[in-house]
Amino acid sequence: MSDAVLPIGEADELLSVPRELPVGTVGVHASGWWGMWCVIATESALFAYLLMTYLYLDLQARGSWPPGGPPSLMLALPNTFVLIASSVAVGLAESAMRTGSRMRATIGLLCGAALGIIFVGIQLLEWKRKPFSFESELYGSVYFTVTGFHMAHVVVGILVLLALALWSGLGYFDRVRHGPVSIGSVYWHFVDVVWLFVFAMLYLAPHARSL
Amino acid sequence: MALRQDYRVPAIAVAGYDSALAAKLEAIWRTPPGWRGVLSSVDHKTIGIRYFVTAFAFLILGGLEALAMRLQLAGPQLRLLTPGQYNQLFTMHGISMIFLYAGPVLSGFSNYLWPLLLGSRDMAFPRVNALSYWTYLFAGLFIYSSFLVGSAPNAGWFNYVPIASREFDAGPNIDFYALGMIFLGFSTTVGSVNFIVTLLRTRAPGMSLNRLPILVWGTMTASIANVLVIPCVSLAFLMLWFDRQLGTQFFNPHGGGQPLLWQHLFWMFGHPWVYAVVLPAMGIVSDGLPTFCRRPLVGYTLVALSTVGTMALGFGVWLHHMFATGLPAMALSFFSGASIIIALPSAVAVFAWLATIASGRPVFTTAFLFFSSFIVLFVIGGVSGFMTASVPVDWQLTQTYFVVAHLHYVLIGINVFPVAGGVYYWFPKVTGRLLDKRLGRWNFWTMFLGFNVAFFPMHIAGLMGMPRRIYTYPPDVGWSAVNLITSIASFAFAVGVLLLLLNIGVSLRRGALAGANPWDAPTLEWSTPSPPPEYNFVVIPTIASRHPLWEEQLGEVEPQSRSRLDQGYVLDEGRETMGTTALDAEPDVILRMPSDSYVPLAFALAMSVSFVGLLLQHPTFAGVGVILMAAALVAWLWPERRLAQTAAAPVAEAQHV
Repeated sequence: MSDAVLPIGEADELLSVPRELPVGTVGVHASGWWGMWCVIATESALFAYLLMTYLYLDLQARGSWPPGGPPSLMLALPNTFVLIASSVAVGLAESAMRTGSRMRATIGLLCGAALGIIFVGIQLLEWKRKPFSFESELYGSVYFTVTGFHMAHVVVGILVLLALALWSGLGYFDRVRHGPVSIGSVYWHFVDVVWLFVFAMLYLAPHARSL
Repeated sequence: MALRQDYRVPAIAVAGYDSALAAKLEAIWRTPPGWRGVLSSVDHKTIGIRYFVTAFAFLILGGLEALAMRLQLAGPQLRLLTPGQYNQLFTMHGISMIFLYAGPVLSGFSNYLWPLLLGSRDMAFPRVNALSYWTYLFAGLFIYSSFLVGSAPNAGWFNYVPIASREFDAGPNIDFYALGMIFLGFSTTVGSVNFIVTLLRTRAPGMSLNRLPILVWGTMTASIANVLVIPCVSLAFLMLWFDRQLGTQFFNPHGGGQPLLWQHLFWMFGHPWVYAVVLPAMGIVSDGLPTFCRRPLVGYTLVALSTVGTMALGFGVWLHHMFATGLPAMALSFFSGASIIIALPSAVAVFAWLATIASGRPVFTTAFLFFSSFIVLFVIGGVSGFMTASVPVDWQLTQTYFVVAHLHYVLIGINVFPVAGGVYYWFPKVTGRLLDKRLGRWNFWTMFLGFNVAFFPMHIAGLMGMPRRIYTYPPDVGWSAVNLITSIASFAFAVGVLLLLLNIGVSLRRGALAGANPWDAPTLEWSTPSPPPEYNFVVIPTIASRHPLWEEQLGEVEPQSRSRLDQGYVLDEGRETMGTTALDAEPDVILRMPSDSYVPLAFALAMSVSFVGLLLQHPTFAGVGVILMAAALVAWLWPERRLAQTAAAPVAEAQHV
């Protein structure tokens, strides 16, 4: 500790006021919180390039786009609501964790993961019903690449939610230290928001155009 | 001290590098000796040196490829190389220099220097730093392993379709490149994220944004750009690989695909990448040059803003690589204008450097010679770039040696020369010894003359109409003399680079001892011993100006307001460093830092397994790699008590302790 009496200056001002500081992952003071936002930035860029590729091929296409007319919304629309519901569940889980309610948080995370799995199941059904394939035509290539990328992110997100549910169940987190839950849930919300863009571009826009 | 506290008031002390505190920190931060340390170290200085050495190895490989090409082009109609071999050599030369040397070598500098410049004990994510290095190394080896099967990438570094499609290039050559670039892109991305968060979180208290060294501005700008554009090229290469191996139609004109889409995606990444490999190097000069001019950089704020401005404009100029592809005139005009305007921020930096030299008292060290000559090369490379930014000039010169001359003035002039200067500048900090001055003079003049005599005539070859990437030329077109001059001088340039390596080798053993601050330099890294201890700073310094070590002689800061280097936060309860707020750098959190770990290496190896599996089209192999990656990630992220990531223990458990 400094015993000498030091003149007051900017540096001293910083040093002379004793500050109580959080140690490690308190709330979202973790570096990982910032790291996750950087990951979201680079992943957002990735999806922007994917959708730009889709639009470029759309605008340059010689025939109709999509080739068989606008895609059916029968599965995709309800599935979108499944994903939004999962975000609500994860959001509730995170705020439950912030008030220290471990049980509710664990259940919320598991519900989020379960809804994510339902989304994947319905999406696989949707893929199976498509009359084109990944390599049969250009639209198929770009459709399966864009939705495939999103699906991969959902799968990663489900694994994240399950890991968080496990750790939460093991009592690793409380109302002070819940950084991983907040970080993981922001990733899940990101995956859901990206779907809204994908859904709007690949599913809704062709319908809007044919109105 | 209780193990489970959530908050604490950090102790403040006065302590030097010979104190008991220093010995305690030494024990806390020590990397295990031997192979364990080699495979598990997360120390940013170790990783920085590894980056640097690996990048130089790729520089030498790329240089040897270039020398082979120069032998082939030394005279007309030579038959040293077959056209096929020549294609592989110029492609690998480009890949090596642009992706495996120019970017990573700057990551080496920044990894080593950032925490020292910022007054921190490590980067924000030490294990990610190790991961970034291992994946860089493995991606580089992955691409280079193509030589082992005689099928190196051979469609040029920008790899245009349809020449790079399976129809015209059936072997595995392009697959090595496509998968290797996705692999390398991962490394660059995680490294960039680490730089961004390090900048936002781990600056010493008081180091607000307007007190950052320009190198930090350069690397930060490049990192933000990388985060935004690497996905573009990774996606492009993935779609190309899909086209080649899974039969998709993205770039296949027979199936309605768009070959031009490749060029857009490649250059939307490619042009910002050019700035990513020059802006940090310009930062090296902006920080090093003033030390040898004995005055602060002229126009700090303008140079910092021009760094960011160059990059901002750099996102909007990619089409100037595609002027000859038949795009609409409106698009050409816009991108031509943007490419010309980008000269403005570059000129701001040039005049700032010139004014720094003119108004300073230059000390003609080897580093100064490299830094000041860089300005000349930057102007030459800038002017030839300015010329080709004009559409009609570009139509005349595109695909000729003029462009080859331009890009080498840019990449060697703005990357290799600052890097060489940076080596002379920081070698004493890294090793504790000075590089030899006499050998340094020989080194500089051989490189400078060799470079200019080799590459300036390429402008003329281009104006005479010599196309790039031809493996030979007829004797009666008048290109023989310029090519012979270029070939001879390129060997002189190579000798110059060898002299640098020789100087490093000799001085490592016999160089004069440097002490902490041999150049009387102003920035924070020079306040540490040479080489710095693993924990960097005994106490976290508090910063009051842009030049913490020059405050006394500059008299800009009142004595009572000066930076505190020997008094500050102690942070010695395990590996800790100070987390500060993003803009004002006020103390915000005590960051718990991870210890050395094998997990980054394990993750990188698992990722290599995946990519080899994809290359061999072996789904099980690739799948096993993915499962191993997931396992490594779970182990990595498992909340640790030591890192203060888990909740306070229940009272019963606390009583056990």
